[in-house]
Amino acid sequence: MSQTDVATLEVHSATGLPSRKILMWAFIGSECMLFGSLIITYLVYRGKSIVGPYPEELLNIPFITVTTFVLLMSSLMMVLALSAVQRGDMKWGKVWLLMTAVFGMVFLGGQVYEFTHFVHEGLTLQTNLFGGSFFLLTGTHGAHVTVGVIWLLSLFFMGVRGRLTQASAETVEIAGLYWHFVDVVWIVLFTLIYLLS
Amino acid sequence: MAQSNEHVQHAHPSNGTYVLVAAVLGVLTAVEVAVFYLEAVRPVLVPLLLTLSAAKFTMVVGFFMHLRFDSKLYRALFVGPLVVAIAVMIAMLFINGVFRL
Repeated sequence: MSQTDVATLEVHSATGLPSRKILMWAFIGSECMLFGSLIITYLVYRGKSIVGPYPEELLNIPFITVTTFVLLMSSLMMVLALSAVQRGDMKWGKVWLLMTAVFGMVFLGGQVYEFTHFVHEGLTLQTNLFGGSFFLLTGTHGAHVTVGVIWLLSLFFMGVRGRLTQASAETVEIAGLYWHFVDVVWIVLFTLIYLLS
Repeated sequence: MAQSNEHVQHAHPSNGTYVLVAAVLGVLTAVEVAVFYLEAVRPVLVPLLLTLSAAKFTMVVGFFMHLRFDSKLYRALFVGPLVVAIAVMIAMLFINGVFRL
Protein backbone atom coordinates (compact mmCIF):
# COMPACT_ATOMS: atom_id res chain seq x y z
CA MET A 1 0.00 0.00 0.00
CA SER A 2 1.52 3.32 -1.08
CA GLN A 3 1.63 6.50 1.07
CA THR A 4 -1.11 8.05 -1.06
CA ASP A 5 -3.29 5.01 -0.49
CA VAL A 6 -2.92 5.43 3.26
CA ALA A 7 -3.97 9.08 3.04
CA THR A 8 -7.08 8.26 0.99
CA LEU A 9 -8.08 5.13 2.90
CA GLU A 10 -11.84 5.16 3.45
CA VAL A 11 -13.31 1.96 4.87
CA HIS A 12 -17.08 1.83 5.25
CA SER A 13 -18.71 -0.19 8.00
CA ALA A 14 -21.90 -2.26 7.73
CA THR A 15 -23.82 0.96 8.46
CA GLY A 16 -22.48 2.48 5.23
CA LEU A 17 -20.69 5.13 7.25
CA PRO A 18 -16.89 5.58 7.31
CA SER A 19 -15.42 3.38 10.03
CA ARG A 20 -12.78 5.94 11.04
CA LYS A 21 -15.41 8.62 11.55
CA ILE A 22 -17.53 6.28 13.68
CA LEU A 23 -14.41 5.47 15.69
CA MET A 24 -13.61 9.16 16.18
CA TRP A 25 -17.15 9.92 17.43
CA ALA A 26 -16.92 6.95 19.84
CA PHE A 27 -13.57 8.29 21.05
CA ILE A 28 -15.06 11.76 21.53
CA GLY A 29 -17.90 10.17 23.51
CA SER A 30 -15.35 8.54 25.81
CA GLU A 31 -13.56 11.86 26.13
CA CYS A 32 -16.81 13.39 27.41
CA MET A 33 -16.61 10.93 30.31
CA LEU A 34 -12.94 11.75 30.96
CA PHE A 35 -13.46 15.52 31.04
CA GLY A 36 -16.72 15.05 32.97
CA SER A 37 -14.80 13.31 35.75
CA LEU A 38 -12.12 16.03 35.84
CA ILE A 39 -14.71 18.83 35.79
CA ILE A 40 -16.69 17.28 38.63
CA THR A 41 -13.47 16.91 40.67
CA TYR A 42 -12.79 20.62 40.17
CA LEU A 43 -16.37 21.59 41.08
CA VAL A 44 -16.51 19.42 44.22
CA TYR A 45 -13.20 20.89 45.48
CA ARG A 46 -14.21 24.42 44.49
CA GLY A 47 -14.05 26.84 47.44
CA LYS A 48 -12.62 24.19 49.77
CA SER A 49 -8.96 25.26 49.77
CA ILE A 50 -7.85 26.11 53.30
CA VAL A 51 -4.68 27.92 52.21
CA GLY A 52 -4.09 30.38 49.36
CA PRO A 53 -3.56 31.49 46.76
CA TYR A 54 -7.26 31.40 45.85
CA PRO A 55 -8.80 31.56 42.34
CA GLU A 56 -10.08 35.14 42.72
CA GLU A 57 -6.53 36.31 43.47
CA LEU A 58 -5.01 34.70 40.37
CA LEU A 59 -7.48 34.30 37.50
CA ASN A 60 -7.01 36.97 34.81
CA ILE A 61 -10.35 37.16 32.95
CA PRO A 62 -9.33 39.67 30.21
CA PHE A 63 -6.23 37.65 29.33
CA ILE A 64 -8.03 34.30 29.22
CA THR A 65 -10.87 35.87 27.18
CA VAL A 66 -8.36 36.70 24.45
CA THR A 67 -6.94 33.15 24.38
CA THR A 68 -10.48 31.74 24.40
CA PHE A 69 -11.34 33.92 21.39
CA VAL A 70 -8.19 32.68 19.62
CA LEU A 71 -9.22 29.03 20.17
CA LEU A 72 -12.77 29.75 18.95
CA MET A 73 -11.43 31.34 15.77
CA SER A 74 -9.10 28.36 15.24
CA SER A 75 -12.27 26.25 14.94
CA LEU A 76 -13.46 28.52 12.12
CA MET A 77 -10.13 28.06 10.34
CA MET A 78 -10.41 24.29 10.76
CA VAL A 79 -13.80 24.13 9.00
CA LEU A 80 -12.49 26.44 6.28
CA ALA A 81 -9.52 24.05 5.81
CA LEU A 82 -11.90 21.10 5.50
CA SER A 83 -14.11 23.00 3.08
CA ALA A 84 -11.10 23.92 0.92
CA VAL A 85 -9.80 20.31 0.84
CA GLN A 86 -13.28 18.98 0.00
CA ARG A 87 -13.50 21.24 -3.06
CA GLY A 88 -9.91 20.38 -4.06
CA ASP A 89 -8.41 23.79 -3.24
CA MET A 90 -5.26 22.38 -1.64
CA LYS A 91 -3.47 25.75 -1.50
CA TRP A 92 -6.07 27.27 0.83
CA GLY A 93 -6.49 23.93 2.57
CA LYS A 94 -2.86 24.09 3.61
CA VAL A 95 -3.08 27.78 4.56
CA TRP A 96 -6.09 27.21 6.86
CA LEU A 97 -4.54 24.07 8.37
CA LEU A 98 -1.38 26.03 9.20
CA MET A 99 -3.38 28.96 10.60
CA THR A 100 -5.39 26.57 12.79
CA ALA A 101 -2.16 25.09 14.16
CA VAL A 102 -0.67 28.57 14.72
CA PHE A 103 -3.78 29.73 16.63
CA GLY A 104 -3.58 26.52 18.66
CA MET A 105 0.02 27.34 19.50
CA VAL A 106 -0.96 30.88 20.53
CA PHE A 107 -3.54 29.37 22.90
CA LEU A 108 -0.90 26.99 24.30
CA GLY A 109 1.52 29.92 24.72
CA GLY A 110 -1.15 31.70 26.77
CA GLN A 111 -1.62 28.61 28.91
CA VAL A 112 2.14 28.28 29.50
CA TYR A 113 2.26 31.97 30.49
CA GLU A 114 -0.72 31.51 32.85
CA PHE A 115 0.75 28.39 34.48
CA THR A 116 4.14 30.08 34.92
CA HIS A 117 2.50 33.14 36.47
CA PHE A 118 0.49 30.95 38.88
CA VAL A 119 3.61 29.02 39.94
CA HIS A 120 5.44 32.30 40.58
CA GLU A 121 2.49 33.38 42.74
CA GLY A 122 2.90 30.21 44.79
CA LEU A 123 0.24 27.94 43.26
CA THR A 124 1.41 24.43 42.38
CA LEU A 125 -0.25 21.01 42.11
CA GLN A 126 0.48 20.43 45.81
CA THR A 127 -0.39 23.87 47.22
CA ASN A 128 -4.13 23.41 47.78
CA LEU A 129 -7.25 21.76 46.33
CA PHE A 130 -7.68 24.57 43.79
CA GLY A 131 -4.10 24.13 42.51
CA GLY A 132 -4.40 20.35 42.21
CA SER A 133 -7.77 20.30 40.45
CA PHE A 134 -7.05 23.38 38.29
CA PHE A 135 -3.72 22.18 36.92
CA LEU A 136 -5.07 18.65 36.37
CA LEU A 137 -8.12 19.87 34.43
CA THR A 138 -6.55 22.64 32.36
CA GLY A 139 -3.32 20.64 31.94
CA THR A 140 -5.25 17.68 30.50
CA HIS A 141 -6.99 20.05 28.11
CA GLY A 142 -3.66 21.63 27.17
CA ALA A 143 -2.22 18.16 26.45
CA HIS A 144 -5.16 17.55 24.11
CA VAL A 145 -4.52 20.88 22.34
CA THR A 146 -0.84 19.92 21.97
CA VAL A 147 -1.80 16.60 20.34
CA GLY A 148 -4.19 18.53 18.05
CA VAL A 149 -1.47 20.99 17.00
CA ILE A 150 0.93 18.13 16.19
CA TRP A 151 -1.84 16.40 14.19
CA LEU A 152 -2.63 19.58 12.23
CA LEU A 153 1.03 20.26 11.50
CA SER A 154 1.38 16.65 10.28
CA LEU A 155 -1.52 17.21 7.88
CA PHE A 156 0.00 20.52 6.75
CA PHE A 157 3.34 18.88 5.96
CA MET A 158 1.52 16.02 4.20
CA GLY A 159 -0.07 18.75 2.07
CA VAL A 160 3.29 20.41 1.41
CA ARG A 161 4.66 17.07 0.20
CA GLY A 162 1.62 16.56 -2.03
CA ARG A 163 0.22 13.65 -0.03
CA LEU A 164 -2.99 15.41 0.99
CA THR A 165 -5.55 15.46 -1.80
CA GLN A 166 -9.26 16.07 -2.28
CA ALA A 167 -9.77 12.32 -1.88
CA SER A 168 -8.32 12.48 1.63
CA ALA A 169 -10.89 15.00 2.89
CA GLU A 170 -12.12 12.45 5.42
CA THR A 171 -8.66 12.45 7.04
CA VAL A 172 -8.90 16.22 7.51
CA GLU A 173 -12.51 15.93 8.72
CA ILE A 174 -11.52 13.46 11.45
CA ALA A 175 -8.71 15.74 12.63
CA GLY A 176 -11.27 18.57 12.58
CA LEU A 177 -13.68 16.61 14.78
CA TYR A 178 -10.93 16.21 17.37
CA TRP A 179 -9.98 19.89 17.15
CA HIS A 180 -13.57 21.12 17.53
CA PHE A 181 -14.06 18.82 20.51
CA VAL A 182 -11.02 20.39 22.18
CA ASP A 183 -12.69 23.75 21.48
CA VAL A 184 -16.07 22.78 23.01
CA VAL A 185 -14.33 21.45 26.11
CA TRP A 186 -12.69 24.85 26.53
CA ILE A 187 -16.05 26.60 26.08
CA VAL A 188 -17.24 24.69 29.16
CA LEU A 189 -14.01 25.20 31.13
CA PHE A 190 -13.94 28.94 30.41
CA THR A 191 -17.38 29.32 31.98
CA LEU A 192 -16.95 26.93 34.91
CA ILE A 193 -13.39 27.82 35.94
CA TYR A 194 -13.05 31.49 35.05
CA LEU A 195 -16.46 33.16 34.84
CA LEU A 196 -18.04 31.24 37.73
CA SER A 197 -14.94 31.58 39.90
CA MET B 1 -15.60 8.29 -3.78
CA ALA B 2 -16.75 11.15 -6.00
CA GLN B 3 -20.34 10.52 -4.95
CA SER B 4 -19.29 10.44 -1.32
CA ASN B 5 -17.46 13.78 -1.54
CA GLU B 6 -20.33 15.32 -3.46
CA HIS B 7 -22.72 14.14 -0.77
CA VAL B 8 -20.53 15.67 1.96
CA GLN B 9 -20.31 19.00 0.15
CA HIS B 10 -24.10 19.15 -0.21
CA ALA B 11 -24.69 18.14 3.39
CA HIS B 12 -22.33 20.63 5.03
CA PRO B 13 -22.95 24.38 5.41
CA SER B 14 -21.31 27.00 3.22
CA ASN B 15 -18.23 29.03 4.23
CA GLY B 16 -20.50 32.04 4.76
CA THR B 17 -22.48 30.07 7.34
CA TYR B 18 -19.25 29.07 9.09
CA VAL B 19 -18.11 32.70 9.29
CA LEU B 20 -21.54 33.74 10.59
CA VAL B 21 -21.45 31.02 13.27
CA ALA B 22 -17.93 32.13 14.29
CA ALA B 23 -19.12 35.75 14.54
CA VAL B 24 -22.03 34.69 16.77
CA LEU B 25 -19.63 32.65 18.92
CA GLY B 26 -17.41 35.73 19.30
CA VAL B 27 -20.39 37.90 20.26
CA LEU B 28 -21.64 35.32 22.78
CA THR B 29 -18.18 35.19 24.36
CA ALA B 30 -18.17 38.98 24.64
CA VAL B 31 -21.65 38.87 26.22
CA GLU B 32 -20.45 36.22 28.71
CA VAL B 33 -17.55 38.40 29.83
CA ALA B 34 -19.74 41.53 29.92
CA VAL B 35 -22.37 39.94 32.20
CA PHE B 36 -19.55 38.66 34.43
CA TYR B 37 -18.71 42.30 35.25
CA LEU B 38 -22.34 43.51 35.56
CA GLU B 39 -23.54 43.78 39.14
CA ALA B 40 -27.18 43.98 38.01
CA VAL B 41 -27.23 40.39 36.71
CA ARG B 42 -25.52 38.82 39.76
CA PRO B 43 -28.71 37.02 40.93
CA VAL B 44 -29.06 35.22 37.59
CA LEU B 45 -25.38 35.03 36.69
CA VAL B 46 -24.99 31.25 37.01
CA PRO B 47 -28.01 30.22 34.85
CA LEU B 48 -27.22 32.99 32.37
CA LEU B 49 -23.59 31.94 31.91
CA LEU B 50 -24.51 28.25 31.71
CA THR B 51 -27.14 29.04 29.03
CA LEU B 52 -24.66 31.09 26.98
CA SER B 53 -22.03 28.37 27.31
CA ALA B 54 -24.55 25.68 26.26
CA ALA B 55 -25.53 27.80 23.23
CA LYS B 56 -21.87 28.08 22.14
CA PHE B 57 -21.33 24.36 22.75
CA THR B 58 -24.38 23.46 20.62
CA MET B 59 -23.32 25.77 17.79
CA VAL B 60 -19.81 24.33 17.54
CA VAL B 61 -21.04 20.73 17.73
CA GLY B 62 -23.98 21.33 15.38
CA PHE B 63 -22.29 23.42 12.69
CA PHE B 64 -18.50 22.98 12.91
CA MET B 65 -18.67 19.27 13.80
CA HIS B 66 -21.62 18.84 11.39
CA LEU B 67 -23.65 16.86 13.92
CA ARG B 68 -26.78 18.71 12.75
CA PHE B 69 -26.29 17.44 9.22
CA ASP B 70 -24.57 14.05 9.63
CA SER B 71 -25.86 10.58 10.49
CA LYS B 72 -27.92 10.00 13.63
CA LEU B 73 -25.43 7.30 14.62
CA TYR B 74 -22.74 9.96 15.22
CA ARG B 75 -25.26 11.94 17.28
CA ALA B 76 -26.00 8.87 19.41
CA LEU B 77 -22.28 8.14 19.90
CA PHE B 78 -21.74 11.68 21.19
CA VAL B 79 -24.97 12.57 23.00
CA GLY B 80 -25.25 9.20 24.82
CA PRO B 81 -21.95 9.47 26.75
CA LEU B 82 -22.46 13.23 27.16
CA VAL B 83 -25.83 12.68 28.90
CA VAL B 84 -24.30 9.98 31.13
CA ALA B 85 -21.38 12.31 32.00
CA ILE B 86 -23.74 15.19 32.86
CA ALA B 87 -25.97 12.87 34.95
CA VAL B 88 -22.93 11.58 36.87
CA MET B 89 -21.73 15.15 37.42
CA ILE B 90 -25.10 16.26 38.81
CA ALA B 91 -25.28 13.15 41.04
CA MET B 92 -21.76 13.81 42.36
CA LEU B 93 -22.64 17.44 43.12
CA PHE B 94 -25.59 16.22 45.24
CA ILE B 95 -23.56 13.45 46.91
CA ASN B 96 -20.81 15.90 47.85
CA GLY B 97 -23.24 18.49 49.17
CA VAL B 98 -22.57 21.14 46.51
CA PHE B 99 -26.28 20.94 45.55
CA ARG B 100 -28.98 20.32 48.17
CA LEU B 101 -32.64 19.34 47.72
